[in-house]
Amino acid sequence: MKISVASGKGGTGKTTFAVNFSLFLNNIKKNKIVLVDLDVEEPDCHIFLKHKNFKRKKCFREIPKVNEKCNLCGKCSEICEFNAIAVTNTKVIIFPDLCHSCYACIEMCPQKAFDIENIEMGEIHWGNIASNNFYFVEGKLKIGEVMAVPMIRQTKNFSAERFGENSYFIFDSPPGTSCPVIEATKESDFVVLVTEPTPFGLHDLKLAVETMRKLRKKFGVVINKAGIGDQSVSEYCYNEKISILGEIPYSREIAELYSQGKNIINLPSINKIFEKIHKNILSLL
Amino acid sequence: MKIAFTTTGKGWDAQVDTRFGRAIGFFIFSEESKIEYYVSNEQNMNAMGGAGVQSAQNIINLKIDALVTGNMGPRAFQILNSAGIKIYLAEENLTIKEAYEAFKKNELKEVANPNVAGHWV
Amino acid sequence: MKELVVISGKGGTGKTSLTASFAYLAGENTILADYDVDASDLHILLEPKIKKTYQFYGGKKANIIKEKCIGCAKCQEICRFDAVKNVDDKFEINKIDCEGCGYCYRICPTDAIEFKDNLSGEWYISKSRFSSTLIFAKLDIAEENSGKLVTEIKEVARNLANENNKDLLISDGAPGIGCPVIASLSNANYILIVTEPSLSGFHDLKRILELVKHFGYSAGCIINKYDINKKITKEIEIFSHNNELEIIGKIPYSDSFPKSLVLKQTVVEFDKSDIGKTVENCWGKLQSKL
Repeated sequence: MKISVASGKGGTGKTTFAVNFSLFLNNIKKNKIVLVDLDVEEPDCHIFLKHKNFKRKKCFREIPKVNEKCNLCGKCSEICEFNAIAVTNTKVIIFPDLCHSCYACIEMCPQKAFDIENIEMGEIHWGNIASNNFYFVEGKLKIGEVMAVPMIRQTKNFSAERFGENSYFIFDSPPGTSCPVIEATKESDFVVLVTEPTPFGLHDLKLAVETMRKLRKKFGVVINKAGIGDQSVSEYCYNEKISILGEIPYSREIAELYSQGKNIINLPSINKIFEKIHKNILSLL
Repeated sequence: MKIAFTTTGKGWDAQVDTRFGRAIGFFIFSEESKIEYYVSNEQNMNAMGGAGVQSAQNIINLKIDALVTGNMGPRAFQILNSAGIKIYLAEENLTIKEAYEAFKKNELKEVANPNVAGHWV
Repeated sequence: MKELVVISGKGGTGKTSLTASFAYLAGENTILADYDVDASDLHILLEPKIKKTYQFYGGKKANIIKEKCIGCAKCQEICRFDAVKNVDDKFEINKIDCEGCGYCYRICPTDAIEFKDNLSGEWYISKSRFSSTLIFAKLDIAEENSGKLVTEIKEVARNLANENNKDLLISDGAPGIGCPVIASLSNANYILIVTEPSLSGFHDLKRILELVKHFGYSAGCIINKYDINKKITKEIEIFSHNNELEIIGKIPYSDSFPKSLVLKQTVVEFDKSDIGKTVENCWGKLQSKL
């Protein structure tokens, strides 16, 4: 089972939901629960897990590296759509940060003058949290690295290989509606869209809904900070026949727990809400 | 010497385009043959990234000796420098003619380092 | 002309609410820009009248012309992005997965693949309800946000400001630490980071400041909801002091923020007393930085 947690806008409580929902599932399920932080630019889940001894693995992506067979013909620079290669009268210059690893230059070079080089793009951290059946994985992009999609893909693949398809995966996806979100949600069985009941929340929820419909995903909405704004998000969901999986009320207590990096699942009222959300997801699968 | 100017239009009276990667075009003048012509750079306007790389490649392919432009990012600089092409900076609002005159009088600053950060890296 | 760029690293800190408040306080003689092209929200509070719409093309996408496809599967073999799908022995490209590398287009033996500029969004020149000019954009969903659109609207905003002799450009920066935010920062005179005293807010503040310093900008910060966790607020203050990050102001938690949002007002219009005054003071301090 794979469930992605996404939101059109940052700061709606996506990470809070992903972490607490994983803890909730760990309490009720026999499966391995694997929480995977795919918000690789700013992974924050670990803050709420208070775990220090993560295992680490460096991640690489493949880029071309020119070898001695090169005769400076310039074909590679001509075909590279990402402008990652320039050929001067003395050498070939490759810009790794522009390369999308499409292999066109490598495989179309008339001289076969390219080898493959691995460059580091970030790290995967993982570990066993709290109980024997709860695992955590995060992908973290190096500062200055800009290719989020390959980092997300490797983190997903690593999680699947390491923990097996029978595990219960919760993916904390990056915010927004562009490529990284697609990568973090496209193989999931269900997507939880977390929003807040304000005009900003509504506007960005609409974009997220449009994205999920384009991907033909099953999805539902969790309204976080319920009570701070108005009814427009609920009305929108009602009109669009979108399931509201549950509402997490706003309270100063929750905001303070959050600020300390503490979890909310042990509050009995919140645990009840998560029970309901879980039931609603099952009924939609 | 074959000189290229980044330009916003055609002819000697057009203004120097202070952008390099996303310059609208190049005005090329060969001092030896007195031949002058315009090369569009607009295929580059829609590049997602690395416009400076592509512009620099164009300059190399045009067999230019000296380039006059407004700004130069790190990637383009690296490429042009490695190709031995000299780079000079022109102020805003100069026409190509004025820039050429300033160039002849050695009034333009030769670039020894990139003067702007790349746009999105 | 000076440009103030407001960023936050982490979402939900109140960045856009504050940017809109500054836009209100700055009045009609200002240019405003929203660089959060993925989910632009500034216009919700500024309710602008759109004057002009422009199309944005970002990169290219491949498309297979069915009649010319002989089903040799070559394109599928070489595509590293799994964008080519087999449908009844003919092939199709899934636009969402296509990275725009053009490899398939170059090797197709029957020239059955076209490779065209991809319309991926729109941007607008508009007039805000404060009579200032607002430039904002909407990137289509599932498109790549490379920072190019940000760069494009930034150039337009800066040119408009210069042409019309406006002294100030206030920009709502892109979120995160990737290309779009880097593009948001370029040429800025001052960067304001809006943060909150939570562990994740502090964590993201450190990451975003590293980026800001890397490019050599001067920056200040506002701690919003500072009384939610006074211990972390103190830590942020010490951190700021040690990292040449000036504290522009501290704003207490207040339901004036969501309440004003619901009425589509800026918080300074809604709450003329406590919070409004605090935000006005921040603005006064910011002006002295520009």
